[in-house]
Amino acid sequence: MIEIRNLHKSFGEKVVINDVSAVMEAGKANLIIGSSGSGKTVFIKCLVGLFEPDRGEVLYNGVSFTTMEDEQRKELRQKIGMLFQGSALFDSLTVQQNVMFPLNMFTSLSYSEKLKKVNEVLERVNLKDANKKFPAEISGGMKKRVGIARAIVLNPKYLFCDEPNSGLDPQTSLVIDKLIYEITKEFNITTIINTHDMNSVMEIGDHIIYMYQGDKEWEGSNKEIIYSRNEKLNDFIFASEFLKDVKEMRTREAEGK
Amino acid sequence: MTFFNHFGRYLLMIKGMISKPENWKMYWKELMHQCYDIGIGSLGIVVIVAIFIGAVSTLQTAYQLVSNLIPRSTIAQIVRDTVILEFAPTITCIVLAGVVGSKIASELGNMRVSEQIDALEIMGINTKAYLIMPKILASFLMIPVLVVIAGVLGIWGGRLAGTLSGILAPEEFETGLLGGFLPYNVVFALYKAYTFAFIISSIPAYFGYYVQGGALEIGKASTTAVVTSCIMILFADYILAALLL
Ligand SMILES: Nc1ncnc2c1ncn2[C@@H]1O[C@H](COP(=O)(O)OP(=O)(O)OP(=O)(O)O)[C@@H](O)[C@H]1O
Ligand SMILES: [Mg+2]
Repeated sequence: MIEIRNLHKSFGEKVVINDVSAVMEAGKANLIIGSSGSGKTVFIKCLVGLFEPDRGEVLYNGVSFTTMEDEQRKELRQKIGMLFQGSALFDSLTVQQNVMFPLNMFTSLSYSEKLKKVNEVLERVNLKDANKKFPAEISGGMKKRVGIARAIVLNPKYLFCDEPNSGLDPQTSLVIDKLIYEITKEFNITTIINTHDMNSVMEIGDHIIYMYQGDKEWEGSNKEIIYSRNEKLNDFIFASEFLKDVKEMRTREAEGK
Repeated sequence: MTFFNHFGRYLLMIKGMISKPENWKMYWKELMHQCYDIGIGSLGIVVIVAIFIGAVSTLQTAYQLVSNLIPRSTIAQIVRDTVILEFAPTITCIVLAGVVGSKIASELGNMRVSEQIDALEIMGINTKAYLIMPKILASFLMIPVLVVIAGVLGIWGGRLAGTLSGILAPEEFETGLLGGFLPYNVVFALYKAYTFAFIISSIPAYFGYYVQGGALEIGKASTTAVVTSCIMILFADYILAALLL
């Protein structure tokens, strides 16, 4: 479980995260949605300490991350997996070496055990036959999947995904969503996902936070989001006329007309 | 940012780099990799530069020593001392500041900009220790070796040029080579090599590690790194000469 208390972050004059509080529960997919530039990336980077927040506190299972010593942070981080928006693969290493890297660093498994584990996760993200390729030789969507594989290879307790399915086709996108959801449930992981993909929101959104210009504008689940009366949220979700029609139909149904 | 901001952050970087490795084997691997990159990777250019500098110093020393009162073998002595004292350590390291320094700065800069450093940091790895320390250690191990090679080849180049141009015979050159040799000069050259090794690796690492922005900034950082390293080498060169000679 991750608890966020009054998190505040600004760059110079520009306030990017404005006093956001939330509780991210374990075993749930916690989604952060919002339009481009609404501060999603900055938000999760504050949670993992890649940006130092100006104010506020982040607690991992009740322990304050904000005031933690470097050594403790390092220990906690071994339980964190993170997928970056730009994948952040090590470009001097092959796909296989990228995924194996955390295993090499933090386990004393034999090479064949490591290889087995690597192939297992690569298979889970639907990536076979790319083991020997370098990041420069694979597509953006494949990089994303390698990034996810690397993030989950050490069985993290906390998983952060910055737009796991941007740049993926709808089918692979669904596979990735399902995978993240499955392992979240299976290993009781606290998962936080940044996205603006409405399919993911409807599919796996146990807990959704809508960010609007740095504020937490709405919070709820995918069951509730459709019926929300929040104007800004509705503008965001029902950006297309087609979806607006769908919403109207659903609301009428719900109201029993 | 002012000079003092940079300097403060540089010192913090050096301090932050000293910590227990998360995994000795991985650090060792990284160290070996850097040794290969820095040592073997720049051997070619060092060899070429050293031979030519030695050759040119024979020709120019001969040109300046027109008096018949001075024996020809003195040329060899002068070549030997200038090569050992100045050319082998300083010129080699200025060249290495370009070759090794720009590589270190752009490699780290690229890792910073593409969030690879963040990715390592998130895994719970001390990136200063894992990425910067092996580069500095590898420089400490390899650059003095390169300087010694440059010294030997520089003198050999001088001898070769003397023979080829007919200025002095190999035997004369060797007589001069052994005359009035001060072993301390070699020690002094090594002091320089270690000092410059630290400059060449740590300054570019600093500029690369703290890049902000994109590809353009990586280029800028790498230029700044090379220019700053060169100036620092010359500055240190003067200080060492003033203190130790
Ligand atoms: N290092 C930084 N320095 C200054 N401003 C920044 C920095 N990083 C982000 N910002 C600003 O913070 C705001 C939020 O950026 P952020 O990357 O979090 O958006 P996002 O919600 O992730 O958008 P997207 O969906 O496009 O990824 C932007 O206005 C951006 O300009
Ligand atoms: Mg983002």
